[in-house]
Amino acid sequence: MIKRKIDKKEMNYRYQNRSWERFKRHKLALAGLVFLIVMSLLALLAPWIAPYDPNEVAGGFSKAPSLQFIFGTDQVGRDVFSRLLHGTRISLLVGLAATAVSTVIGVILGLISGYFGGWVDMVIMRFTDMVMSFPYILLVLVSAAIFGPGLLNIILILGFVDWPGVARLVRGNVLAIRENNFIKADLVAGLPGKYILFSEILPNTIAPILIYATSVVAISILDEAALSFLGMGIQPPQASLGNMLNGAQSLSVLTSKPWLWIPTGSLIVLLVISINFIGDALRDAFDPSGN
Amino acid sequence: MYKYIIKRILIAIPVIIGITIIDFIIMNLAGNPLEMIQGARVSQEALEVKRVVLGLDKPIYIQYVIWLKELLRGNLGYSIRSYQSVSQMIRSSIGPTLLLMGASLVVSLIIAVPAGIYSAVHQYSKGDYTIVTLSFLGTSIPGFFLALIFIYIFTVKLNWLPSSGMSTLGTETSIVDIIKHMVMPVMVLSASLAGTNIRYIRSAMLEILQKDYLRTARAKGIGRFRVIYKHGFRNALISVVTVIGMHITLLFGSTIIIEQVFSWPGLGLMTMNAIINRDYPVIMGVCLITAIVVLLTNLITDILYAWIDPTIQFK
Repeated sequence: MIKRKIDKKEMNYRYQNRSWERFKRHKLALAGLVFLIVMSLLALLAPWIAPYDPNEVAGGFSKAPSLQFIFGTDQVGRDVFSRLLHGTRISLLVGLAATAVSTVIGVILGLISGYFGGWVDMVIMRFTDMVMSFPYILLVLVSAAIFGPGLLNIILILGFVDWPGVARLVRGNVLAIRENNFIKADLVAGLPGKYILFSEILPNTIAPILIYATSVVAISILDEAALSFLGMGIQPPQASLGNMLNGAQSLSVLTSKPWLWIPTGSLIVLLVISINFIGDALRDAFDPSGN
Repeated sequence: MYKYIIKRILIAIPVIIGITIIDFIIMNLAGNPLEMIQGARVSQEALEVKRVVLGLDKPIYIQYVIWLKELLRGNLGYSIRSYQSVSQMIRSSIGPTLLLMGASLVVSLIIAVPAGIYSAVHQYSKGDYTIVTLSFLGTSIPGFFLALIFIYIFTVKLNWLPSSGMSTLGTETSIVDIIKHMVMPVMVLSASLAGTNIRYIRSAMLEILQKDYLRTARAKGIGRFRVIYKHGFRNALISVVTVIGMHITLLFGSTIIIEQVFSWPGLGLMTMNAIINRDYPVIMGVCLITAIVVLLTNLITDILYAWIDPTIQFK
């Protein structure tokens, strides 16, 4: 048997390769990934590929789908397809940005809590308990009422309310990693705390954070949709997938204009389920106990 | 054991105090109640009198203590719009909400328990894939969209079920009528809950199915059903109990939205109206009560967990 020294780069490569192999086994996650990439491209390029201005009147009121307007027009005569593209752009932006905000807050608090322990940990964790006790949607609704709706506010509100999950996850991981011998070796070697925290502990907890973050993206998109549906989120005329469904609260739209709500709702479901499938496959791919 | 329970209760006390502080701060951030009664016909002097009457001339921490004292007496303040007492308003609308939430929790477990066990026992089979995919669909579909689909099918097309309120107007309230009104909201709420629960029960069961004591049980030849039910599910149940507390918060959140769609006369509808009207005493009263209920539920599930599972360490 030939013994070969495996350098770190190759180890990483092998690890990633094996993870990718495992990810690929999830056919639905692959399909979700493709769908998400296509939709992200369409959303990014929306200003150039949308056939009409999403906020301008393009044709008659509530016209059924036709060759000219493939998803019809809404109650004020705007092109639904163009609004769908722009709405996806907003929904994905809110999902990603809110997740970025909450993940950064959660990671920082979790790292501090887990690494320092003692009363710092106690204070941060009790604060986490408090925030978690308020129903999430209720806090978001109240904040939206206080700070006013709008894109930036929604991102910040969702981000600032949804960090406790990440904080708890990171704290738990830090506590587990701290027990490892390589951290004890670092401590014995007298390496600075900052180095241990950011160069040793943080990289080892990236995978679970990313996996958790995918589910937060999905939840944030759902929450933006619910908030905008209730009229507390993204404000018209700016299109978001949620506020486009707002009109479906009226019975006439619900019964006789299905093109105004079925494509939009289905798009939300497809986006969110794709993200959830990807998250599930990632969990499987990076699970060290799996084979 | 008792030590553990007392410790959990002692931890919960500062959290409850913290919750009241957060609640009070948000209420103050939300705005001055005086601004809401301000108008052309209200003189400056009248406002000043009102300020003193409401105790707003005192420093903020004194205001907090006064508010807390009133809170302990069960006084959550008064609605700015209807001048009704908030605790009275909550008391009269919490019933329908609890009915909806309780029914959804039960229905979701009735769906999720057999589905989750089936999925785990037949891992990687076609049935397993179908159940897991459906459970993902349940968690990925926005509740209000599912509600719209249901209304479209069952009210508009088939005309089977009523789509708003808790009972038909102008008729005598009967249980059958209420159940008819409950079917759709409960289906919507339990769909997302069952989605999460199925995957949770499935993974808890999968873990237990690999345990040695299950192999022993199988080797004894006591029959497949008894192995799975008596030795498997009973142990999986322990971990299910712990997530119920977490689900209460999520369920309450989705109930607020769903009550809106179905005009269900509960806490959610009342809260949403208060939010639209910027009726902050009502909003913060609801926030406070729900946060405390959630905290107590978590406390109870923790204690229950310790009680069910003899192997837990009371550190």
